[in-house]
Amino acid sequence: MTRLLRARAAGVALLAASIAVTLAGCEQPGAVTSGASDASSVPSSVTSGETLTGELVVLAAASLTEAFTELGTAFEARHPELTVAFSFGGSSGLAEQVVAGAPADVFASASTSTMETAVTGLAEADVGGADDLSPTLFATNSMVLAVPRANEAAVTGLADLAREDVTFALCEAHVPCGTASAHILEAAGITALPVTYEKDVTAVLTKVRTDEVDAGLVYITDIDHTVTGIELPAEVNTTTSYPILALPEAPNPAAATAFTRFVLSGEGLAVLANHGFAAP
Amino acid sequence: MSRATPTRRRTAPRTIPALALVPAVLALAFLVLPLVGLTLRAPWGRLGEILTSTPVRQSLTLSLWTSLAATAIAVVLGVPLAWLLARGEFPARRLVQAAVTLPLVLPPVVGGVALLGVFGRCGLLGASLYDAFGITITFTPAAVILAQVFVAMPFLVVSVEGALRGADLRFDEAAASLGASRWTTMRRVTLPLIAPSVAAGAVLTWARALGELGATITFAGSFPGRTQTLPLTVYSALETDPDAAIALSLVLLVVCLAVLVVLRGHWLGQVTR
Repeated sequence: MTRLLRARAAGVALLAASIAVTLAGCEQPGAVTSGASDASSVPSSVTSGETLTGELVVLAAASLTEAFTELGTAFEARHPELTVAFSFGGSSGLAEQVVAGAPADVFASASTSTMETAVTGLAEADVGGADDLSPTLFATNSMVLAVPRANEAAVTGLADLAREDVTFALCEAHVPCGTASAHILEAAGITALPVTYEKDVTAVLTKVRTDEVDAGLVYITDIDHTVTGIELPAEVNTTTSYPILALPEAPNPAAATAFTRFVLSGEGLAVLANHGFAAP
Repeated sequence: MSRATPTRRRTAPRTIPALALVPAVLALAFLVLPLVGLTLRAPWGRLGEILTSTPVRQSLTLSLWTSLAATAIAVVLGVPLAWLLARGEFPARRLVQAAVTLPLVLPPVVGGVALLGVFGRCGLLGASLYDAFGITITFTPAAVILAQVFVAMPFLVVSVEGALRGADLRFDEAAASLGASRWTTMRRVTLPLIAPSVAAGAVLTWARALGELGATITFAGSFPGRTQTLPLTVYSALETDPDAAIALSLVLLVVCLAVLVVLRGHWLGQVTR
């Protein structure tokens, strides 16, 4: 699966690179000349003369796994001396790690409230420079009902979750996708309970993918060829915002700032859009 | 058996060179300090309130009864298995022995995935169970128990198998020569002989079952009161209420300490005998 992911990531990275060429042109009219087809001109325009080395550690919400893996590959291609390492997981767990002083450079969360937890925690821990942190929103996402490809339970919408014979999985209530799920079920007037509360959205997706449950609430961006997504009515669906932050105690501050900027750049946003994320 | 130990202890000189003492103390500090830290950070003032709150009581109750059930299953199935391994003659016995001890070293998450492969809704047995009776094991307390049996039963088997190997076969031969069947010999002679080891193995199995996390979260999911056992509550509470996580960890620590204190004498007796 990893190999498949890599192959796909590489493909999209190529695509992203070609988009970057055009977008970089938009941002810095002087930097890129008409020789945009010359790939070697891309790194210089993005790095703006700065050489990033060492390791960049990014803590990111589980729902960002695929998009950020691709962004990481693209970023590494631009900075050959830099290695990007990701730790994907439930946002609240990652926020906890950030506050506990995990040696990370960037934190990207799936909700503003978990980011708030991290920022407040850092300030309370008297981390230098933690008082004036300003996370930046870079994407929004909404939820969808995922069902296994076979869909033997014939789930067609939220109402089916109330059926006796239908089992479903949700994220734990304190993870952003869990908060959103609770919101949606309440709005839809469904009181049925899931059979399991999972640590993060990918865990919910896995339970659906392996056909262990009949349905699960996940992000729109999580839907791939392994599961079927059923759209939710707009009036019950919720939108979650994704903030990103270069951490104040980043072991690699230059790379942290550069990566954050890269995510917010035209190229970064294009990759995110490619994965179904909406602009903030 | 263990009564012989103290006399041995008195005769053996017990000193080690100073050079070895430094790393030894370091090792001890490394093992003990985290536990001291846990105790220091424990929210003593809120302890009562935390331990009696509904979610904690739910997971305590669930953990208690599932781990006891898992232990009972492990004893009923594990003792005969140990008997087979210790006394039975069959091909590829070493391979079987390795398979039995595998869960001891296997990452529990892998155990959970393996259990899904067998008892999951699309698993080897799980699929037929579901198709024929509409029964799903995953996400039920039964799944919790299966996960616990899987990771903990080897402790019982290994412990009982060792005792059976060490047990004096002449008692069995004497019983047989007096006309006792193999079943009677096992029941009236061998089992009473190894009873302390069965008990020790059972306590160890119970402690392991009580602490099971990886296989449970993978195979049984996490639902308060149904599949969210004590370790899963600790894992989840870490992100929402660290105080509660520490309080619960303290409970598990005390239980494990108690188990070890009870067992230490017995196991030492076994080893030095």
